Amino acid sequence: MSKTERETKADHIRHLLETEGPAVEANTLGFNQGRYDSVAGLEDYEQLKDEARTIKEGAIERLPELIEAVTETVEENGGTVYLAEDAADANRYIRDVASETDAERLVKSKSMTSEELEVNAALERDGVDVVETDLGEWVLQVAEEAPSHIVAPAIHKSREEIARLFNTQFDPAEPLETPEELTMFARERLGEQIADADIGMTGANFITADSGSLMLVTSEGNARKTAVVPDTHIAVAGVEKIVPTVEDLAPFIELIGRSGTGQDITAYVSLLTPPVDSPIVDPDDPESAFADRDDDREFHLVLIDNGRMAMREDDQLRETLYCIRCSACANTCANFQSVGGHAFGGETYTGGIATGWEAGVHGYDSAAEFNDLCTGCSRCVEACPVKIDIPWINTVVRDRLNHRGEASRFDFLSDELVPDEAATGTIDLQKRLFGNYETLAKLGSATAPLSNWVGGLEPVRSLAERFVGIDSRRPLPAFQRETLVDWFDDRGPQVSAADANHQVILYPDTYTNYVDVDRGKAAVRVLEALSVHVQIPSVPGTGRAPLSQGMIDTADAKASRVYAALAEHIDAGRDVVVIEPSDLAMFRGEYEKLLPERSFERLRDRSYEVLEYVYGCLENGADPAALRTDGPPIAYHAHCQQRTLGLDRYTRAVFDDLGYDVLESDVECCGMAGSFGYKSQYYELSMDVGDRLAEQFSTPEARERVVVASGTSCGDQLEDLLTRGSSHPVAVLDPNSRLPR
Amino acid sequence: MSVETATDRDRFEAALEDLGVPVTAADPATFDRTLQSIVDGPVVGTPLPFDGVCLPDWVAHEPTPATLETAVTGVTAASFAVADYGSVVLPSTPEGAEQVSLFCDLHVPVLRASDIVPDMPRAIERLGPTLRDGASAIIATGPSATADMGALVTGAHGPKDVHVVVLETTACSNATERGVDNE
Repeated sequence: MSKTERETKADHIRHLLETEGPAVEANTLGFNQGRYDSVAGLEDYEQLKDEARTIKEGAIERLPELIEAVTETVEENGGTVYLAEDAADANRYIRDVASETDAERLVKSKSMTSEELEVNAALERDGVDVVETDLGEWVLQVAEEAPSHIVAPAIHKSREEIARLFNTQFDPAEPLETPEELTMFARERLGEQIADADIGMTGANFITADSGSLMLVTSEGNARKTAVVPDTHIAVAGVEKIVPTVEDLAPFIELIGRSGTGQDITAYVSLLTPPVDSPIVDPDDPESAFADRDDDREFHLVLIDNGRMAMREDDQLRETLYCIRCSACANTCANFQSVGGHAFGGETYTGGIATGWEAGVHGYDSAAEFNDLCTGCSRCVEACPVKIDIPWINTVVRDRLNHRGEASRFDFLSDELVPDEAATGTIDLQKRLFGNYETLAKLGSATAPLSNWVGGLEPVRSLAERFVGIDSRRPLPAFQRETLVDWFDDRGPQVSAADANHQVILYPDTYTNYVDVDRGKAAVRVLEALSVHVQIPSVPGTGRAPLSQGMIDTADAKASRVYAALAEHIDAGRDVVVIEPSDLAMFRGEYEKLLPERSFERLRDRSYEVLEYVYGCLENGADPAALRTDGPPIAYHAHCQQRTLGLDRYTRAVFDDLGYDVLESDVECCGMAGSFGYKSQYYELSMDVGDRLAEQFSTPEARERVVVASGTSCGDQLEDLLTRGSSHPVAVLDPNSRLPR
Repeated sequence: MSVETATDRDRFEAALEDLGVPVTAADPATFDRTLQSIVDGPVVGTPLPFDGVCLPDWVAHEPTPATLETAVTGVTAASFAVADYGSVVLPSTPEGAEQVSLFCDLHVPVLRASDIVPDMPRAIERLGPTLRDGASAIIATGPSATADMGALVTGAHGPKDVHVVVLETTACSNATERGVDNE
């Protein structure tokens, strides 16, 4: 990405932050909190997610067979099924149906699949009047805008904007103002349009192969009207919507509303087996009783492939097809909460999972537009009702994007900077630089303090911003001349293996080893205070940095080297203790994709987050008095990936047990997310995300507290946002802690 | 009737209360009077397939597009209800139950007390054979709603209000003695 491209991107994001950001933020935060509250009421939430996942896995596995089965069932019921190869094919079929029925108007209920087809435009070219009946979609149709969210398409628009739009466009007798007035105006107007419609088009959340039923999840009731008022019903749905039986719907009915907008269930879950028994509502025959009608309803199910069958063959993109389009991944995403789908989205789809959809149905150019906005924070993973590893899909797509396109003209420069990356000529320089942070840190440390002095020079920062896009508003981390490994080599362990209750390898992650050596020293002292024998061998970086830039091969090579360095220690019964949560998340998560299963499991089962380990020692009888227990009141921010792993509770428990007064943040992510906040095109977005955290730590109750964060980036971000220092939890518990009381 | 049924009913009514949906109990003898106390404006309805109960004379029995247009209240039968969610399951019928339950400002679903199932898996179990027979149904929970215009508004395209009537048609039920009326 060139400097100009970065600036254009930054301008676009700034514009959205100013215009759509506030409405998007209010709505997504509401949905996200609603999800937490609603799933808390489900006793068997995890089990339901497992069931849902299993059903989707099975259905995609059996997809060709299910397509045949549903075709047979629907045709037996009296409907027609058309399997469309792509959007053009689907649109051609739909236009034919419209022309055969002499349709003048087609009313639609909300369907993202129909957005993917751009069927409205296709029909309008034939002179068919297409009317969206979902109120949010209708607002956008009137405003001529695209959805910014897959479930609530107009969340970026405030009530005031909608009122202005309606008052200008329709010039009502009395200007519309309240949500009630706007809703009733839309209801009445759309009611008339539905009454006169020739065709109703719906999507389908699910289709059951055994009964030929469509499940439609709605709240307004427009899908119900759309399906039953006109005599012709067209349903468009991706082939992935088919499940084998009606019974398979149960977990999805319980999960979809809760996961999306935080409703236990939406007002209407329609289970329609078309052609339906309900009578047509014919405005030209107002006096005939419904019961006396003998309707001959027409039903067309248009199943869409449009890349899906190829996604099914793709081991990395296949999971995307399990998506039930609930929007949980968008609502829980810190970046999405700030900018919405007009930045975080492609041609059709928005939010975390959109990368998979866009890559699969529209191609990699569309995915490339917004793929960087996934920082891999992983908060969407636990929110997803079908447990899709959404960050992994984003990483894979990023990797594929990296390996196409033109060689950069800065190859020579980056090759010098990153000697271990000779074979990556097509990767964007900015990505390559951050992907090779370990090399940079090694160099920086070896040449410190000169490197820090040079790195701080205005002309150097200006060049770094111009050529690589490192935002000059961000202070750079200062490299330490003496690494943690060197320090420990000289010092040696102070609890001998013979005297110890446990033996650990303290993993020297790149940041702790070269930059924040102090937190590494604090971790050593904390562990030794609990009678733990500590060793710090030289172990390479986990590969988190290259992985986050989509450099999977580099990460894979690092995983092998890390495992080689740790395997013998694990076999000798030593535990691996990790300070940086994003590195532990590699061991517990991504290494499953990078190492043989057995190696992954051995490392996973023996590795611990440092406060998780402290908690375990205390539970097993270690003396808490050996730690500092009279520290200051704390404002604590857990790391996003640490929370996804369920490990934040240990830090909380240790502080609680030791009598600390802790106030904890509840934002999804600090916004820094490794390198993300350093990139000039994303700096302002990163700060906007961070503001939500800064606000929580600036209240009268929080502002005097010592700021504590488990992640490196979180700490850096908090320091930039709050202009007060931040510490790692081990620095608080360190017996030598210099923090005030 | 077991104790469990009473529990399902309690949970159903508690869920309705959370949704702001009133529920009134009636038996065949009191049904007309009860319904009269609930409805508003012109009333339209579709046949109730319950023993000893039918739509009163003052309800337009044979809905047409015209009567549907002018009606304020729609009365339809619910096949069953789901206790956990306060949902009623509305069958689609050739008489237009789907439309009557959808177009009027107030929908009054009428439900047999013995037709309350505890949870969603039980509801879907019951729906499976029905849908495989070609039927359609709506799991309806509270009134129609939208938040698309800047705040939650009921009556987006469907009813603004729902009022459930629970029919006690069996004599030996604990529920009858409890005389539930949450209005």
